[in-house]
Amino acid sequence: MESKESLTMPVNEQEVKDSSRRIFLKQSSLLTAVAFTPGIAVKAADLHVDEEIAAVFEKMPLKMEVNGKPHNLSVEPRSTLLDILREQLDLTGTKKGCDHGQCGACTVHVDGRRINSCLTLGVMMNGKKITTIEGLAHGDQLHPMQEAFIKHDGFQCGYCTPGQIMSAVACIREGHAGSEHEIREYMSGNICRCGAYPNIVNAIQEVKNGGQAI
Amino acid sequence: MKQFQYVQPATQQAVLEVINKPGTKIIAGGTNLVDLMKRGVTAPDKLVDINHLPLKHITSTPKGLYIGALALNSVVSENKLVAEKQPLLAMALKSGASPQLRNMASVGGNMMQRTRCGYFYDTAMPCNKRVPGSGCGAYEGVNRMHAIFGASSQCIAVHPSDMCVALAALDAVVIIAGKKGEHRVPFTEFHRLPGDHPETDNNLPFGELIVGVEIPNNNLQKNSYYLKVRDRQSYAFALVSVAAALDIENGIIQNARLAMGGVAHKPWRLFDAEKLLIGKKASEESFQQAAQLAMQGAKAYGHNSFKLKLAPASITEALKHAAGLV
Repeated sequence: MESKESLTMPVNEQEVKDSSRRIFLKQSSLLTAVAFTPGIAVKAADLHVDEEIAAVFEKMPLKMEVNGKPHNLSVEPRSTLLDILREQLDLTGTKKGCDHGQCGACTVHVDGRRINSCLTLGVMMNGKKITTIEGLAHGDQLHPMQEAFIKHDGFQCGYCTPGQIMSAVACIREGHAGSEHEIREYMSGNICRCGAYPNIVNAIQEVKNGGQAI
Repeated sequence: MKQFQYVQPATQQAVLEVINKPGTKIIAGGTNLVDLMKRGVTAPDKLVDINHLPLKHITSTPKGLYIGALALNSVVSENKLVAEKQPLLAMALKSGASPQLRNMASVGGNMMQRTRCGYFYDTAMPCNKRVPGSGCGAYEGVNRMHAIFGASSQCIAVHPSDMCVALAALDAVVIIAGKKGEHRVPFTEFHRLPGDHPETDNNLPFGELIVGVEIPNNNLQKNSYYLKVRDRQSYAFALVSVAAALDIENGIIQNARLAMGGVAHKPWRLFDAEKLLIGKKASEESFQQAAQLAMQGAKAYGHNSFKLKLAPASITEALKHAAGLV
């Protein structure tokens, strides 16, 4: 099994930048939190007391398989699958959009079914197999749906794209990509505020008509 | 989200042992509950996960069709027995939520979901359903989505489900398990009107568990339709929805079922309009008469006045679709 470190090891300059950006964001949000909390909490944060306080709350064991790799985790009951993927497993491809099940940016597959990971409690995923956007490609070879999204310009800003692609793959596997109308109906749980919908539909139709096993 | 304790009792009996304590909530799909917990609308001390209970089956019974409370909305909507025996239910389910949410949401959870009234969700606002006695923000506030039937001065919220509208129309029965055994409640009597206690959505006894629903056999397969009118074509709650099912022989209506969603605190069954239709010709004229009768007692609260026109037009349209006139 590949270690968590090797998964997140920067491999080129861009990734180094990306990863520094994430670390910066984490640190700056901590600083912001500190700036707005009372003095005693600042002192506590200095002494890492916050981490000790967190450990007092009951954590539960969670065994799940993510993109083919087994994980043994310890999670708070209130942690969502989305937060566990992003914050504990560093799988930040799955996006947090609305965080209330309204936008679809957090779509992942659980035992083959697409779901909203933001409304899924991690503790309820014990023994489940999760597939995220990171699990679709085979090494450098993109999944046909990823290729099709690039070819058809199925995105502008790209924020909704991981959720769109996970949903699109499920849409075909479920047999709900028979027509443009059906695709639009069965992709309605994924919102794209850039409005790339026509291109997303084209991408899905191409993969569907290509007939490859996805 | 407030901290809570998470438990997963091994059996139904063990679940019943723990759910009769205040501050305890059952979680199935969690699509509504987790959202409400994130927003601080509800803050249980203990969550009881029931997903491992054997309540997922969909089977034919001598009386009809039995659907376990934990059957997923997506599974029920695609099930062959459901398509064959109760196509109205499949159609209603497919019109609800999104594919992702239907893959999580259970039949029992769909019944137990709370209203989507904005004042219920906004903890800075008054809401008698969330905090009894705090007032109703919607009564004189933004009430475009709200009830036109059966509301009270305490609450004008609507029940948001599509599935429940179909189950009410189809005379389904809810099977409930308690410590003393199982009992059955007609679906139309499961949800309640707000009255002076809008904090109570339904008549599920405290500490008991929905285990399934049963839909009696009928002859309504050929002529049924679920019409959902909403602000966008897909993935939106109903402004008004209509479940319509007819048994037509030689152009004459033998049996009729009608229920509306998006108009009341519970799925709104239209018994009088159904009676009026029986023995009548399946025509637009009969349908308009039924729609007119169905609107007796309707009351709007300002922003939702449009529903007084939209609802009867939707009833007529749904019946035309059911009868194959469209």
